[in-house]
Amino acid sequence: MELIVATTVGVLTAGGVYLLLRLRTFPVILGLALLSYAVNVFLFASGRLAIDQSPILSKYGEATYTDPLPQALVLTAIVISFGMTAVLVMIGLGAYLEAESDRVDIEPETPDANDQGERT
Amino acid sequence: MSHEGILLFLIAVLPFAGALLPGLMIRAGRTASAVSTAVPTLMALVMLCILAPAVLRGEVVQAQIDWLPQLGLSASFFLDGLGLLFAGMILGVGLLITLYARFYLSGDDPVGQFYTYLLLFQGAMLGIVISDNILLLLIFWELTSLSSFLLIGYWKHLPEGRQGARMALAVTGAGGLAMIGGMLILGNIVGSYNLTDILQAGDAIRASEWYLPALILILLGAFTKSAQFPFHFWLPHAMAAPTPVSAYLHSATMVKAGVFLMARMWPALAGTDAWFYIVATIGLITMVVGALIALFKDDLKALLAFSTVSHLGLLTMLLGFGTEAAAVAAVFHIINHLTFKAALFMTAGIVDHETHTRDIKRLGGLRHLMPITFLIGTVAALSMAGIPLFNGFLSKEMMLEEASHTDWYGSAYAVPVLATIGALLSVAYSFRFVGHVFLGPKRDDYPQTPHDPPFGMWAAPALLVVLVIAIGVAPFLAEGIVTAAASAVTGADLHPHLKIWHGVTPALWMSVAAIAGGALLLMLHRQLDRIWIAAPRPEAKAIFDRFVAGLVVASRWITEVTHNGAISRYLAIFTVTSVLLGFIAYSSSGLSAPTRDLLGVPLVIAVGWVMLVVATVSIVVMHHHRFRALTLLGIIGLSISAGFAYLSAPDLALTQISVETVTIMLLLLALHFLPKVTPKESPIGLRVRDGIIALTAGGGVSALAYAFLMRDIETISDYHIANSYEGGGGTNVVNVILVDFRGYDTYGEIIVLGIAGFVIYALMRALLDGPAAQRLKNTDYSQDRSRDRHPLMMVVVTRILMPIALVVGLYIFLRGHNQPGGGFVAGLVVAIALLMQYMASGFAWTQERKKIEYHTMIGLGVVVAGATGAGAWLAGQPFLTSAYTYVHLPPIEEFELATAMLFDLGVFLTVLGAVMLMLYSLSRIARFAGETVNVAPMDYDPGAQVAEEEAER
Repeated sequence: MELIVATTVGVLTAGGVYLLLRLRTFPVILGLALLSYAVNVFLFASGRLAIDQSPILSKYGEATYTDPLPQALVLTAIVISFGMTAVLVMIGLGAYLEAESDRVDIEPETPDANDQGERT
Repeated sequence: MSHEGILLFLIAVLPFAGALLPGLMIRAGRTASAVSTAVPTLMALVMLCILAPAVLRGEVVQAQIDWLPQLGLSASFFLDGLGLLFAGMILGVGLLITLYARFYLSGDDPVGQFYTYLLLFQGAMLGIVISDNILLLLIFWELTSLSSFLLIGYWKHLPEGRQGARMALAVTGAGGLAMIGGMLILGNIVGSYNLTDILQAGDAIRASEWYLPALILILLGAFTKSAQFPFHFWLPHAMAAPTPVSAYLHSATMVKAGVFLMARMWPALAGTDAWFYIVATIGLITMVVGALIALFKDDLKALLAFSTVSHLGLLTMLLGFGTEAAAVAAVFHIINHLTFKAALFMTAGIVDHETHTRDIKRLGGLRHLMPITFLIGTVAALSMAGIPLFNGFLSKEMMLEEASHTDWYGSAYAVPVLATIGALLSVAYSFRFVGHVFLGPKRDDYPQTPHDPPFGMWAAPALLVVLVIAIGVAPFLAEGIVTAAASAVTGADLHPHLKIWHGVTPALWMSVAAIAGGALLLMLHRQLDRIWIAAPRPEAKAIFDRFVAGLVVASRWITEVTHNGAISRYLAIFTVTSVLLGFIAYSSSGLSAPTRDLLGVPLVIAVGWVMLVVATVSIVVMHHHRFRALTLLGIIGLSISAGFAYLSAPDLALTQISVETVTIMLLLLALHFLPKVTPKESPIGLRVRDGIIALTAGGGVSALAYAFLMRDIETISDYHIANSYEGGGGTNVVNVILVDFRGYDTYGEIIVLGIAGFVIYALMRALLDGPAAQRLKNTDYSQDRSRDRHPLMMVVVTRILMPIALVVGLYIFLRGHNQPGGGFVAGLVVAIALLMQYMASGFAWTQERKKIEYHTMIGLGVVVAGATGAGAWLAGQPFLTSAYTYVHLPPIEEFELATAMLFDLGVFLTVLGAVMLMLYSLSRIARFAGETVNVAPMDYDPGAQVAEEEAER
């Protein structure tokens, strides 16, 4: 199970980073979403894995519980990352509608790339 | 804190507080501004005088306010003999400079600024000399660099002023950085940053293996500040400052800060060979080189600047000798140098002010035109030359006496001979100052015919000259303060006797040789000057400029290599560095053995994992088809929620699944206006490079996650589990943590979410007011639209689902404290229920039926949560303490009422409002894109048709 979780985090990170490096806004947003998954799972895993030990207190005798703290932190992180994605989507959409291009990098149109860089 | 301690604090604070005044008072005129500068200075001086008798008796006044005692940070001050001497000099000369500047600066200069800067500088300087904590001292040290930058560059229109200010800041600032390192080492050796502790621990410091690095770093700070060779070049360039600044900073105070520091650190650092050879040698070189250059400078202020460099070298050398008698001589010379040099600078300023030139070659014969200035300048210059009956003579004799019996690397002659040469050159340039400016025939080609300035302008130097003569004739006047200061420097109980006649000693012969040789040198000056001008000399400013240019090129190169604006480069550097650091940590310290066993993997989970991996790989491969990629994203999100559910995190599973839904909806809405495919434009090389970065990052994170998953950890969660029910009144520990234990975090987070909602709304408004609105109207989206936009089945199903979803949301909300659920999830579930109405029946139809604005909802949520937290204050508890009770209301079974629930309501409202506002903003854009407004709930309404048919019948 540990291997499964570790590889999941790795695969999501790799996919997220690769998409972050694309040249258009939409894949970048997708990449960020993947990276958010990876980070959330990673943080969640820092509480170690446990099965059938939900942190819901039992009325009947002694029971073991998994670490609730990372869960609480990840819960808000999930919601916040949604908010962040939404802002990013809006910015990307606005940029596309204003500029009629959804490229994220600087387009070196003129030979003087530096000059272009300062204006954009 | 004692009565004295409070006075000491006030002395430290007064200049800074007073700095506010002159800038404001300038509206009432220059005199008012000058007076408002003088008042805080005078008050501080009076307080200092109140403290002086005790300090002169050998007591030390202390004051301390702890700030972060764990880190050794405190605002602590102390006043001993050395501090008293310097504080007195800073405040006394400050007062004189205030007076002088009032007459020196013209009506066009921003005088209010000048006085504000002056007081800031004065405060920083005072801070240095009375700080008891070396970290505090460092702060004041940097403040003097900054405020002197403002003062040197005061005439902003002069390029020399700006360049000089930059150079001074660069050199002294760099030295200050080195000194920070040295001071931190020192603090580490001693285990305290308190100066009093450090001065007691001299033996431990000198024995430490870190002694030499600390010494060199601290000396770098002192040498740059005090313009010691080879850092002496900034001081002459700083002479572009107005003369009051030169007189204050560059004779009396700032350049003495380095000397002060060496004197202050004397008990801790002096007494070793390293100290002697570094400090005494540098001092000696500086003394001779400075004096030599001074002799050939034609600019009056440059001459004085290099003479100051030379005298600072003299002081440094004396401190470098490391003997008690040398320390006495150094302290005495600090006083004497202050009196004659400040007077000389002011004289030079008067000459400049009256004749409009500072070029010695254009001056001469001024004694006929400016007799008072002549008198002042001559007395001060003779003192600088070391002529008997002036105070400069006394300390110079003591210096020569010390030099005469100092061995340098086995040679008994090196130091005495060089010191005599230094003194000789000093005599020569002092005589030149008098001879070539005031003596000689009266000329008729001055740029402006001079006459003596008003009393206010010559009063300050005149007072200093009176001191020069008074100390020169009756040296015992200075004995008290010299004794106190020298005792503070050495840490020993000294009783020096200052007198004019020491008998026929080697020093006397050296003095005679110096005066005779100096006079001779001046007679030959014309010939020597020609040789000097013809000789090749290194030009310090050119070297400095080349050095700075080199630094600029280097930093530009580094910036362009690492910060070229491409995210791929940042990510590559960041990824490689983190993975590398992780690997170094792993390979150097190793990893403890795993303490956990692998958990088993059931088939379902394995299938889920395969789905997730395949979906991720597919997204990467097929991300060009955006809609497909979005579908795959859904698969990943759902797999992760399933994983959460399996791994004992039901709350996370619920949240993830609902967030997933709204995320996909959001992206779908956005995709409507974006291109549907991403063009394939990355060349293969780029893709390989990105792939390598991505795989490195993924591999690193995987390894890290696996490493910690296999090992147990100390956790603080046991506290939460133990107190969840008793303290928070809930059995769902995650929810109790959210609304109670870490309620503050949650409160912050819902505010962030609310802000995100408003940001999106604001962006949408800005977008629809801009050119994008036109573009939206003109773009044809009709081919993307379904022909049945509001299908009957969907409308009916969502209507039926609406109350069910609301009940589910309510249920999830209410059970949240004890069972999986809570405000976050409930908010999302209700948001989804509402969103379905938007999707089924269109924006306008739903909007009409909306009762509460989403903005209001967000605000209300935050207010409810905040008010709940604040309610705890009424019960005398800290913010967000929760209270709960069990209520029994037949026929419902017993249930719980907790204030935490009210807080959760706030969370619920904010989440709902924010999510709805975000999607609402996106749908607003759709209306601009020419979407038709439907008034009916669905396109084909069978009910309406039936009614129509009945009407026909």
